Amino acid sequence: MADYVHSDGVAIAPELPPEPVAPGDDKGESLLRRHVSEFLKGPGAVAGLAVLVALVAIAVLAPAITPQNPYDLSRLDIMDNVLKPGEKLGSGITAFLGTDDQGRDMLSAIIYGLRISLAVGAISVVIACTIGASVGVLAAYAGGRVDSVVMRIVDLQLSFPAILVALVLLAVFGRGVDKVVIALVIVQWAYYARTVRGSALVEKRREYIEAARCLALPKSRIVFRHLLPNCLPPLIVVATVQVAHAIALESTLSFLGVGVPVTEPSLGMLIAHGYNYLLSGKYWISTFPGIALVIAIVAINLVGDRLRDVLNPRLAR
Amino acid sequence: MLVCLIRRLGQSLLVVAVMATLVFVAMFAVGDPVDILASPDADQFERDAIAKRLGLDRPLYEQFGLFVWRALHGDLGRSFVYNVPAVEVILQRLPATLELALVGLAFSILIGIPLGVVAGLKPHSAAGRSIMSGSILGFSLPNFWIGLMLILLFAVELRILPAGGRGPTTTVLGVPTAIFSLEGIKHLILPAVTLALYKSALVIRIAQAGTREVMLQDYIRFARAKGLRPSRIIGVHVLKNIMIPVVTVLGLELGSMIAFAVVTETVFAYPGMGKLLIDSINRLDRPIIVAYLMLTVVIFVVINLIVDLLYAAVDPRVRLAEAKG
Repeated sequence: MADYVHSDGVAIAPELPPEPVAPGDDKGESLLRRHVSEFLKGPGAVAGLAVLVALVAIAVLAPAITPQNPYDLSRLDIMDNVLKPGEKLGSGITAFLGTDDQGRDMLSAIIYGLRISLAVGAISVVIACTIGASVGVLAAYAGGRVDSVVMRIVDLQLSFPAILVALVLLAVFGRGVDKVVIALVIVQWAYYARTVRGSALVEKRREYIEAARCLALPKSRIVFRHLLPNCLPPLIVVATVQVAHAIALESTLSFLGVGVPVTEPSLGMLIAHGYNYLLSGKYWISTFPGIALVIAIVAINLVGDRLRDVLNPRLAR
Repeated sequence: MLVCLIRRLGQSLLVVAVMATLVFVAMFAVGDPVDILASPDADQFERDAIAKRLGLDRPLYEQFGLFVWRALHGDLGRSFVYNVPAVEVILQRLPATLELALVGLAFSILIGIPLGVVAGLKPHSAAGRSIMSGSILGFSLPNFWIGLMLILLFAVELRILPAGGRGPTTTVLGVPTAIFSLEGIKHLILPAVTLALYKSALVIRIAQAGTREVMLQDYIRFARAKGLRPSRIIGVHVLKNIMIPVVTVLGLELGSMIAFAVVTETVFAYPGMGKLLIDSINRLDRPIIVAYLMLTVVIFVVINLIVDLLYAAVDPRVRLAEAKG
């Protein structure tokens, strides 16, 4: 209960009345196309999407575009350590965002860090979403005892803050990118299970499910081919926003020293490195990775916010 | 009501028992404490002696039984680092964390309510819109980075507030507290604001939604018709009515404030329970981790229990459902 803000914070927003739409003005358009054109009407969301696409492109192309490979220790020169933004490295490269304590160009480190942060966020959400959605839809379809046991577990887990659960899990597992992903999956699956179960309970009573049952289709086919696809819209919204939360959570865990290993610094780890230098006024090591993190998170939230408006079932015709 | 009370109490005890088991299993998986306690050049004989002293040579179920038995007597082991009972170490740090959480809670109300009311009164104005988008940022921005930026601004650049630590404490009613000295308050401001930001985003949203709803009520229209000043309408009629949901949610959130304090305390090197947890994880001080987790579980379960019971007390439907189920 205490942590419901992560998934439902958005739901507290006041419910605006649906905009009246003249009947028939969307005839001949597919649902997807209508959603896309609806989405593009929000300038903030389009900007967010553009930034997000750019960030993903930068992260994917990291080895090709960074001035320096921050993981290649032989390329790093300790003489370059803690240079101010704009100073030149020994190798002649200009460090536009300065260097860290090991002489790493911050711009390169941030791009590689972004890569890890985005990947961890996206992968953990995809896995957690798959598990959570399956559990949720099965619980809703089965009903009865199965449903109440599963939902008890979900409630129990959601009553503890994600950060604490993840912290303890990582204290047990140890450091590592894979372990961070596992911990994030474990703390996240319950949100999806609850979201999907909620909409599945409604969908389950619809006629098409009844029709599918009358056709004596196998249960698994009804659940995964008929029920689940119709529960997707709210799931997509939660999943989008949850990517931002997962990234923030990963960076927090790495900052606390239980997340990704030192050899593969994510943005949170870079910020933690800069923490020691912050007090002596060397602001750039912590500030710039943080700004990158903030840009990514805000962009994802803008997109998620718009998706919620577009996919809102109350607006669906 | 009694049925409901017993049922809820039983569920809470079950949760604590399940969590205790999970914590025990998790700690077993962390690794062998003998590795930490024995000196690197200790021979097998010394290692066996340590294992025997800790009871690690016994079968697992016996260790678990012993763990439960001792936990029921308030003994969660001795800290490897401090060599005093772990519960004692935690309880020593508890006042600092509670102080931080409560001051943070106060800040989140002080920040959240005015902004939320403003946004609720003029939801379509530029101010209202920017407050609401700002609150999304408050939800989603990484808290620890905000803390670092506050340190950079107020402690490093402006030099008006300390960068970390806890100020001098005075003992009031047997509890050491820092809020009665200027220096102590100065140390509290930055961590408390950092901790409060996340919750104030929540308060803004509740206050905004509440204000919008209350403003449509007949009694507000009547107050206006009576010719009351807007300041009085807002200060008395609106505020009183939106406080109910705010207080309910914040009561629930106190537990998560304590959990979130882990991050804030680490950023500001604040000597509370959360910092102790992180230090203990890094030093593999198992008894402290166990004691912290058990204490937090109990705090959460108690808060949830109180809230559930209060709901049952005010809402007969909850009570009936419990009695039937």
